[in-house]
Amino acid sequence: MQDLLQHLINGLSLGSIYALIALGYTMVYGVLQLINFAHSEVYMMGAFAAYYSASALNLEARPGVLSLMILLFVAIFFCSCLGVLIEFLAYRPLRKAPKINVLITAIGVSLFLQYSAQVFFGADPKVFPQVLENTTLFTFFDVPIKSLDLSVFVVTLVSMILLYLFIFFTKYGKALRAVSCQIQVAPLMGISVNRMISLTFVLGSSLAGVGSVLVGLKYPKIEPLMGLLFGMKAFVAAVLGGIGNIPGAVIGGLLMGLSEEMVVAYLSSTYRDALAFGLLIFILIFKPTGILGKNSAEKV
Amino acid sequence: MIHPALEVTDLKVYYGFVHAVKGVTFSVAPGEIVSLIGANGAGKTSLLRAVSGMVQSSGQIILDGLSLDGIAAHKRVQLGLGHSPEGRGVFQTLTVLENLQMGAFLQTNSKKIRDKLDYCYDLFPKLRERAKQLSGTLSGGEQQMVAISRALMSFPKLLILDEPSLGLAPKIVQQIFSIIQKLNADGMTILLVEQNASQALKISHRAHVLETGLITLQGSGSELLSNDLVRQSYLGL
Ligand SMILES: Nc1ncnc2c1ncn2[C@@H]1O[C@H](COP(=O)(O)OP(=O)(O)OP(=O)(O)O)[C@@H](O)[C@H]1O
Ligand SMILES: [Mg+2]
Repeated sequence: MQDLLQHLINGLSLGSIYALIALGYTMVYGVLQLINFAHSEVYMMGAFAAYYSASALNLEARPGVLSLMILLFVAIFFCSCLGVLIEFLAYRPLRKAPKINVLITAIGVSLFLQYSAQVFFGADPKVFPQVLENTTLFTFFDVPIKSLDLSVFVVTLVSMILLYLFIFFTKYGKALRAVSCQIQVAPLMGISVNRMISLTFVLGSSLAGVGSVLVGLKYPKIEPLMGLLFGMKAFVAAVLGGIGNIPGAVIGGLLMGLSEEMVVAYLSSTYRDALAFGLLIFILIFKPTGILGKNSAEKV
Repeated sequence: MIHPALEVTDLKVYYGFVHAVKGVTFSVAPGEIVSLIGANGAGKTSLLRAVSGMVQSSGQIILDGLSLDGIAAHKRVQLGLGHSPEGRGVFQTLTVLENLQMGAFLQTNSKKIRDKLDYCYDLFPKLRERAKQLSGTLSGGEQQMVAISRALMSFPKLLILDEPSLGLAPKIVQQIFSIIQKLNADGMTILLVEQNASQALKISHRAHVLETGLITLQGSGSELLSNDLVRQSYLGL
């Protein structure tokens, strides 16, 4: 019982980070019908931006919530800029090109960033600065609740609530949904599609930035290829929830994290990564639209 | 000096090798309802899309004295174009109210927005009832009402309606046409494309017949209604 509870907490904590990254995939897909393969590298670069700014500001000497906030801010800012830049330089010139060209470009950008990071940061893993002490805050049914897990949970929850409020209750959030719904019609409202696409990349990349810091804290090893597998799993989570569907990405992420944790706990850690690919194959065969897949009912 | 609300000169639209509009010239005076009728594929929608900047075109488009040359679609809205597109183009995952708010995307005066919203709700009381409902769940007629109201919410000088009666039940068609007349009576200038030629000609001040990308006939609504060619080809008489 206690064991199970501990695994549930670990799974939710991991899953909420998958969800953050999955949101970026799903939002871009919702607007551009593009699987932004470079998203996982935005996440990786966010981790390095946080790593270098933490050592520049010597944040490890002053662990605490403020240091965490600073790192989050740095990663959010850096990732947003990178995401917007990628869209502007690589995808926007191909706006009218066939989808497959853009997809290949996305893979190209992803590889470019992976190998540039290896050149500039070195290929060997770096230890992410621990800007938050991992103490036991309290126990819950004999399970110790650690400050790190709680921070991960609080930060992802706050990020998702903010995203939700923005998308559903602000003018620009509504415009974003409008563009994602009818990209040809949105300009007739005076909405600049290009600006909304940039906004999508800002939002998705910000969440990737948040995710990168949380992963850095929880699994404190970062390296230029760290986005590869993690991004793949987050992408599967987005597909699982129904690509293009925002609540779906959250559900998919949580399910992904939970099932991975359970597989490791009760089967074998050998199957940890096989799970994601197994799931992907399973979904694509049995329910390609995912759990909350878009219903494309159109009235004539 | 009074400008025409819209002045189109030698407008051409190509889609790759398809020459959809082959040099069309016409104008709409302030306060008029002008309609374009023509068979499927005549280029009516392409022409309207060119006016609002959704497709590339050559020739000249002047809106209320201002050339639209090189102005992006989303910037034309600011200059006074309201366009209810073919197929309605309602944002299905947004509520009715949110759709209307998107129509007012560029408006900043919240009192003006509220008044215009009330105006639309008075035109289509159904929409007031359905304000919080997702537009994708509305009937075709209701979605058409959303599309027209959404275009009105941008305070256009010229309202473009592309087949507002398409696929609707006869009773709703009647309602839509009488609303178009009411809008016009309230001072709205309207450019209308319709399959329902007899209804359109009845309420239009002037009309143009478009055939494979060219205007082949023009005149007042009543002139065209009694024109033999029009009666044969478009009114089925
Ligand atoms: N996006 C497009 N790409 C290629 N050809 C197009 C495109 N849109 C329209 N066309 C072609 O341009 C011509 C004019 O089409 P358009 O939609 O303007 O006609 P329409 O008069 O509105 O017809 P309808 O009454 O059926 O709506 C047609 O031959 C059509 O096949
Ligand atoms: Mg048409």
